[in-house]
Amino acid sequence: MGGYGVYVWGSYAVTFVLIAIEVAMVIKRKRAVRTGNGRESKPETRNPHLETGASH
Amino acid sequence: MSKSRLNWYKYAAPVNFYPLAGKMIPVFAVLSVIAMVVGLYLGFFVAPAQDAQQHEYYRIIFVHVPAAWMGMFLYVLLAIYAGVGWAFNARLGSMMATAIAPTGAIFTFISLVTGSLWGRPAWGVYWVWDARMTSTLILMFLYIGFISLQSSIEDPRRADRAGAVLALVGVVNVPIIYFSVQWWNTLHQGATITATSFKMASSMRPALLIMVAGFWIYSIAVVLARVRCIILERESEAPWLAEPVASA
Repeated sequence: MGGYGVYVWGSYAVTFVLIAIEVAMVIKRKRAVRTGNGRESKPETRNPHLETGASH
Repeated sequence: MSKSRLNWYKYAAPVNFYPLAGKMIPVFAVLSVIAMVVGLYLGFFVAPAQDAQQHEYYRIIFVHVPAAWMGMFLYVLLAIYAGVGWAFNARLGSMMATAIAPTGAIFTFISLVTGSLWGRPAWGVYWVWDARMTSTLILMFLYIGFISLQSSIEDPRRADRAGAVLALVGVVNVPIIYFSVQWWNTLHQGATITATSFKMASSMRPALLIMVAGFWIYSIAVVLARVRCIILERESEAPWLAEPVASA
């Protein structure tokens, strides 16, 4: 790379490491939501009776 | 009302969109890997060893330009989805906006980091408060602002509306980034590719265009995967989720 390897490989490393992290985070989020540990599936918000009661 | 019009609206409903997105993700994921591998091969083995003005570090262009474009395009797309979700009370539109934000923020961050890694050998500095770089940094803050604003509001629909206001106000920054190299004297070079010109050696063009395609297709795949998670998180009480379609 004509002495510029650190900049070139550094750029490619940052790009593909961040993409890999993003993919891993989406896979983790998918697994969490499938097993019921998702961000918005807390027990109090999942109770349908509370939801319908509040809407009247 | 024509049949095609009905079909168009069909996929605005999460119940119909969810399985469709599930089928599309593997296709886009595979295509994006193929495009990136081909693009990198062309960028490193076919593109010439040395540019006329720059040295080997010009090869950063094959990730820098696609990432910078995605950062801008995705913001415009985010603002459109957020605006549609707000104006027409279409919750899937708002969910798409929420799903786009992290990917846009990551691409904007990649463009800033690869840009500074290019700036150091080319200009001698990692960073200058040049119009293009400053406006791109503002884009990054807009994404972070959008994500933190939405996560700070408990009620999803209120979070959607607040996010939409921020997204639509912030969209003014995108043309500022794009035209910054024309409007101000910037250290950053002008546009390589415009509607009428392509100022680049022809042997370098396929690599850049294929990398752009790869980043686009990747974005589609990862945003669809994220929006499926958001649909499940938000609609956990919806009856359709109890049906087999959710496992598709």
